[in-house]
Amino acid sequence: MTITGIAAIGAGLAAIGAGMGIGRIGGSAMEAMARQPEIQGKIQTSALILAAFVEAVALFGVVVALLQG
Amino acid sequence: MDLVTPGFGLVFWTAITFLILLFILKKFAWKPILGAVSSREESIKDALAAAEAARREMENLQADNERILQEARAEREAMLKDARDMKNKMIADAKEEAKQSADKMIAQAQEAIQSEKKAAIAELKGQVASLSLEIAEKVVKQELSNKGQQEKLVEDMLGKATLN
Amino acid sequence: MTIHLVLLHLHRFSGTHYYFIEEMNLSAIRTLFLGVFLSTSFFVSAQEVSTEAQEDKKFDPKSMIMHHVKDAYGFHIIDIGEKKYAISLPIILWTDNGLTTFMSSAFEHDYYGNVVVERNGEKFVNYKEKIYQLNLGEDALVKGEDGYPANASKPLDISITKNVFMMWVSMLVLFLIFIGAARKYKKSESFVPKGIASFVEPLVLFIRDEVAIPMIGEKKYARYMPYLLTVFFFIWLNNIFGLIPIINGANLTGNIAFTLTMATFTFIITTFSGNKSYWKHIFWMPGVPVPMKIFLMPIEIVGMFTKPISLMIRLFANITAGHIIILALMSLIFIFNTVAIAPVSVAFSLFIIVIEIVVTAIQAYIFTILSALYFGMATEEHEHH
Repeated sequence: MTITGIAAIGAGLAAIGAGMGIGRIGGSAMEAMARQPEIQGKIQTSALILAAFVEAVALFGVVVALLQG
Repeated sequence: MDLVTPGFGLVFWTAITFLILLFILKKFAWKPILGAVSSREESIKDALAAAEAARREMENLQADNERILQEARAEREAMLKDARDMKNKMIADAKEEAKQSADKMIAQAQEAIQSEKKAAIAELKGQVASLSLEIAEKVVKQELSNKGQQEKLVEDMLGKATLN
Repeated sequence: MTIHLVLLHLHRFSGTHYYFIEEMNLSAIRTLFLGVFLSTSFFVSAQEVSTEAQEDKKFDPKSMIMHHVKDAYGFHIIDIGEKKYAISLPIILWTDNGLTTFMSSAFEHDYYGNVVVERNGEKFVNYKEKIYQLNLGEDALVKGEDGYPANASKPLDISITKNVFMMWVSMLVLFLIFIGAARKYKKSESFVPKGIASFVEPLVLFIRDEVAIPMIGEKKYARYMPYLLTVFFFIWLNNIFGLIPIINGANLTGNIAFTLTMATFTFIITTFSGNKSYWKHIFWMPGVPVPMKIFLMPIEIVGMFTKPISLMIRLFANITAGHIIILALMSLIFIFNTVAIAPVSVAFSLFIIVIEIVVTAIQAYIFTILSALYFGMATEEHEHH
């Protein structure tokens, strides 16, 4: 397997992790919003920020893959 | 690799463009917009505060009115009570006075009756004495000889002339 | 059927298969746009070209995609026959002989290093949208084994590229919108927003009330407002510009140089506004035992740099990934070498474009809110230690 192929697999693994992470954030945020609709705005903001943090990790993976590309 | 290697030209132009953008927008856009928005918010806040103050004053006034009304009502109540008390007192006083004068009159009348009675008794006594003297004279004159009869007569006479 | 015709049509007009790919620009909207105006071709003649193309050089989606997400010297609009329509932009180079400037049209829109431009005795080529200066005595570009030029070096290049040009366009647009809006406020005594101001004000208030005040705090937010507002609108507008296919999708916010610069500004402001307690939390974390303090110090120092780096990577990778997905979906047509897949490609890339429109705003918002968060961390007062 070429280094590019391995990099692509790495990026894919990073995407899986981030997908699970963002999924959990989204699910929990939805639950929280359903339970307490009065602080929906706050939950949304925090969920977006947290998703951005999780996503950053995946994007590091993507960038590493791009470095090999 | 090329994709993640920053080119100097773009860094240079981005920095310059962004700084120009920041300074010009700060001076000519953000300051006026934020200033206008905050002064509008300030004026709204002031207006709200003024409205709140007015409302509070209104409430105060209303409370004052209520209080004054309350006071007036209490005063009226007190006045009425006073009047009623006075009336009662006057009635009571009058009753007392009347009673007293009536008592006095009764007492006087009784006194008068008593003295009349005493006078009458004294008179009666006098009369009885004179009567008895008269009788005694007659008896003495008539029966000075008959001593037994005399005594019997006196006795008889005195027994008959019981007082009262 | 329209899409069918469009794609086949483009085939017919492009001289070679390679040009066709380049020309496609692989954006659904542009494809449809061209389709409406150019669909007069015949199925038969198109098919001929198609078979011809199959024998041609094999389609390489990677190099095509990379070419399209990268910066370029000029706007390549369309090729009709052999004639190329493009907007050329000035190239500014700083070489050993000083400043050298010429228009990018001098390269005749070649980016394979074939056309050599000579200025002041120096020879330049455009190889994969990078200007190389040939070493003295060389007449043509020689590629090394790694695919990079072997006999040329990169001069200091501050050319007005496609991205720089679009950045300036966005600057003008921002000036028009916001200075125009600000003037509306000056005119009206009652400060009631009218016209463009009524569009701008909710956004400005959103940044103030949902980003700056919660993240930085009521007391100190005002200092950072101009930066946050400028960053938000600058990134958002350029994200949107990146999605417009007719200007070749100048992928400014998906360029790491741009995001690097923006993240550096955030880093500089964070560092300079850091108060005593911020630095104390980095170098000597209060409230933990001494060995822990020593252990935490390098982590915190690294954290200081990973924050802006993650800002840089996030914006770059999000926007670039969006573009790559759209281009990759369009490439499917050429990978499978059939037009039957075209409706699927177009539908999917339309779907992705819709998502990307949302992403333009979200990424600008994320960049702004995280910048505000970092400023808030730098200026936070800790009373509980």
